[in-house]
Order: sequence, then structure tokens, then C-alpha cells
Amino acid sequence: MMARAWGRTWFLAAAAVAAVGGVELAWPGTVARLTRGLVSADLLIRAGLFTVVLVGLNLLMGYAGQASLGQAAFYGLGAFASAIFTVRAQALGIPPSVAGAWWWPWLVMLLAAVAVGAFALGVGWVILRLRGHYLAMATLGLGIIVYIVLRENLGLPHLNLTGGFDGIVGVPRLRVGGAELWPVQVYYFVVWAAALGAMALGLNVVHSPAGRALRALHGSELAAESVGVDVGRLKAQIFALSAALASVAGSLYAHFQAAVVPDTFGFVPSLELVVMSAVGGMSSIWGAPLGALAVLLLEQLLRTHVLGFVPAVSGELEPVVFGLMLVVIMMFWPAGLVSSRRVQGAVWASR
Amino acid sequence: MSRDSLLRVERVTKAFDGLVALSEVSLEVRPGQIKGLIGPNGAGKTTLFNLIACCLAPSAGDIVFCGRSLVGLPPHRAAELGIARTFQNVQVFPGMTVLEHVLVGLHRQARAGLAACALQTVRLRRTERRLREEAEALLDRLDLLPWAEVPVETLPFGLLRRVELARALAVRPKLLLLDEPGSGLNPTEKQAMSQLVRGLRDEGITVFLVEHDMTMVMGLADEVAVLDHGSLLCEGPPQQVQRDPRVVAAYLGEGDDA
Repeated sequence: MMARAWGRTWFLAAAAVAAVGGVELAWPGTVARLTRGLVSADLLIRAGLFTVVLVGLNLLMGYAGQASLGQAAFYGLGAFASAIFTVRAQALGIPPSVAGAWWWPWLVMLLAAVAVGAFALGVGWVILRLRGHYLAMATLGLGIIVYIVLRENLGLPHLNLTGGFDGIVGVPRLRVGGAELWPVQVYYFVVWAAALGAMALGLNVVHSPAGRALRALHGSELAAESVGVDVGRLKAQIFALSAALASVAGSLYAHFQAAVVPDTFGFVPSLELVVMSAVGGMSSIWGAPLGALAVLLLEQLLRTHVLGFVPAVSGELEPVVFGLMLVVIMMFWPAGLVSSRRVQGAVWASR
Repeated sequence: MSRDSLLRVERVTKAFDGLVALSEVSLEVRPGQIKGLIGPNGAGKTTLFNLIACCLAPSAGDIVFCGRSLVGLPPHRAAELGIARTFQNVQVFPGMTVLEHVLVGLHRQARAGLAACALQTVRLRRTERRLREEAEALLDRLDLLPWAEVPVETLPFGLLRRVELARALAVRPKLLLLDEPGSGLNPTEKQAMSQLVRGLRDEGITVFLVEHDMTMVMGLADEVAVLDHGSLLCEGPPQQVQRDPRVVAAYLGEGDDA
């Protein structure tokens, strides 16, 4: 039996997501036309994927207070697991009757999430003993190691499982029975169902004894331990949960993009996730969709409206603007967009 | 040593990189007692508390609580066994309300894993309601109810000491370690704190406390142990300890240094 702890705002968000999706489904391209090309179905899907990752990252960073500069690694592990086990199924000796079944990619997604979660649990047990900058460094290192392992074919070049620099192309679309969950307007619903599911999960955790314990250990590990909170275990568990969520998002990304390359999951994407988390507000589950949307919109705005007027510079302006944005957010809204009055009015209902 | 002790510290030594903080300290706390621990600054009082709460492990010796050794246990296990504590420098959770502090103290009773929390099982919700009632009852007892929904960082220091005490009591401890419960409090607050501690003892909670305020500790404790330079100087009823020439010397000695 399950109950819910998420309240009205979640349902409003779900309704808004469904409304936008419904309009796009009936009249494809409407959102893009209304926003003069700023918002596309593609952008909304990316926002949904990042929301799934950010819910985990916010629980880890905002609530438990444990920095992660390597979260894109788990996103990448999920993406590559899905790509490898679908595209390279034959080479791995998986019978076509299984690999060709509609449920196979879903099963891979699930098993990948479990495996990535278990991996994070093991790694977390060790590195979460570190604090502050040291933990940040360790997760940074972890992210870079995973990126290199993916790029270097898991160290097994003769099998060519990850495809090295070029990655893997031809990842199949997801299906349910005989129905392909495509075009993009249909896939939107898949991704946002996952995003809303992740948010519900996150809100449940936040409004529970575990959520309180996370905030407590953030404030004082010493005091949390003194009342019986198993701090090491809880930190490892939340790290594992965040990794599993990132893995699911990665799998959904692989089936969306139909191709995966290691560069999508390197250090810069990990940093981008941290920026999104900070922009939205890391101490809030609602910060996840807000941060993802805000940063992706800004990126798009830069690409379409600003860079065009500055012919001399190409994409290199983006990281600069990201840096500036982080500085401005930290100065004026250290708690992220969620802390702004207007946003709070909407979020308040959920508390 | 008598068999009916709740806590037995047996020839405990603690050294930090060769610096000996405690050397061969033995003492015991009997059930239903208020035991005081005094000594000049740097005598090793807080170190001893940290050893009992399993925040540190002794270099040698044994600490036995309710018949079982605490050596090697992680701190959250000490809480599970019934040892709760407050801190010399108040340790609160910024951003959390007074009620939430007590609810964190009730963490052990929630018995909810991360999975149950993520899925908000019906059992969890039922437990949560019960915990909330229990937390409110506890706040009411400590006269903290008016501040239940207030974030702790806005509270004055005197109340923070009481919030810490409420959180520790939520553990339902057999043994309560109070590290300078009177420090930073005004005389009225100190008196109220003493009253509160006596009340806890009358309910069957054994109290072991470090305190600098001699009037407070002598009026409160049934028995006092004195530490100096990491060694146990003497132990006994307050009046006797107060008159002990070694104790007088230790405190005067500290005065000379200062």
C-alpha cells in the first residue's frame, strides 16, 4: 500500500505537463511557434531527463549536504548500459528472441539502475567518509574515471562495447507491446512520467523520517549519530538512490537520442548539473524541474538570440555565461529560483 | 566494583598521537544516580564523554554499559543501546524546527528504511502520526511547545540547551550524558535546568554530567568524580570531594596557571 506526501502542487505540475503534451500531440510544433522557436519538444524532453537526475542530486547535495561533481557519470553508465545491451545484444550472446522483445530495453533500464545504484552504494561507502572539498574531489575523480573507462572501451578494445570516442549509434526506440513510443511528442510523456515519478519519490523522501535524518546529518553529523542515525549508511543509500535515478534518466536519454557518445557524460556535463541544481534551488525537489528548464532555456536563448548578434564568437560563450549565471544566482538567490517569492507562492501549497 | 553498575569505565586510556588525554581512568555510574564529573579545563572530561558515546575509541581499557562492552561500536549503536547526550557546544540542525529536532531524536522508533520512506507506506504514515504526538508531549514537558514550529537558529541559547535535552530524551535513554548543561545559562535558567535533571532522575533516567558551575554540580549530584590531567583524582559524595585537599590543589593550581 502506498500513500502520498506530495500534495496539490504535484498534481498541478502533472496537469501542466499533460496539457503541454496534449497540445503538442494534437498540433505538433505549437509550443515552438508560440515561443518563437525558443521552446521545442526536444528541449522539454531534455528538461524532463535532467529533472530525474536533479531530484537525486538535490537529495544528495541540498538535503544531505554531500557534494557530487561526478553525477553525469551515473547518467552515462545508464545510457551506455541501455545502448550496449540493445545494440550489441547479438555480440553479447543474448538470444534474438529476448533482445528483440519489446520489454527487453525496459528490463535493461531497470537492471542498469539497480546495478548503477549498487555500484554507487559500494563507492559511496568509501568516499562518503570524506567531507567538503575532499568529497567534491573524490566525486570529480569518479566522474572522470567513468568517462575515461567509457571512452576507452572499458579497457577491452577488441570487444568494442562502448564504441570508444564515437560511442554507439542505432539505439532502438522504446516500445510497449507493438506500439513504438515515438514520435518525440509521444516520448515526451514517457520522459515526463519518469520526471514526475522521480519528483513524487523525492517529495516522499523529504517528508519522511529519512528526509529529516538527511537534513539533520547535513546540520551536524555528530548530533545525528548521537540519536541513532546511521550516518554512513544513510549517506551511501542516498548516493545510491541518486545514482539509480541518474541511470534511469541516462537510459531514457539513450533511447531518445538513439546514439550515445562519452563526451555527453564527462566533467562539463557534471558541472552543468550542479549549475542547474544551484539555479533551481538544491534544497528543494521543485528546484529540479525549475533549474533544468531555466538553464536549458537560457542556453537556447543564447544560441538563438544572442550569439547571432556576436558573429566573432561561437559556442565558447556558453561556459562563460554559465559561470556568470552561477555567480549571480549565488549572490542574489543563494537558495535558487525556488526561493523567489513568486515561485514560493506556487510551491507553498505542497508543504 | 559492584555488580549493579549501569556504566563501568575500566582502566581507560586515550592518547591522541602520543598525547595522553586520559590515563587508566576507572569509574562507575549506578542506575538512578546523578553523577557529576568535574575537573579543570583540559582534564579530559569531554574526551571521556566522547569515549562513552562511542565517538572515540579508547587506546586501552574497556567501557561496559548494561553488561556489554561499547568498545568498537559506532556512535549510533550507543544511542540504540540507550545512551543519549548533549554537547558542550550546542549541536543543532540549522533550518529545522524544534519539533523536527525531537522527531530526529525519535528516528530509532520510526524504524523506516529509505525504501519505505520513498514509497510512503501506510505503516510509515501511521508511525509518523504517533511520533508527532510523542514529540509534542515531550516538548510540552520541557515547556518548549510554544516554539515547536520555530526554526532553531532564531532561538536564544538558553532554549537551545533545552532543545538538545528534548532531542536526547527522545532516544528514551537509560543513561543521559550532559556536557555542561548549565554553561551559557543565567541563574534562573540554571535552576530550572537542575530541577529538570532531578525530575529525569526521579523518572529512572541515570544522569552523568560534566559541569563547571560548582554550586550547580554540588547541589545536583549524588556523587562526584574529579579528573585532573587525564587521571581520576578522587570520587565520592559532593561534600567529601569538596573538602579533599587534592581537589582544592588541582583547582588552585589551575588558578595559578591562568
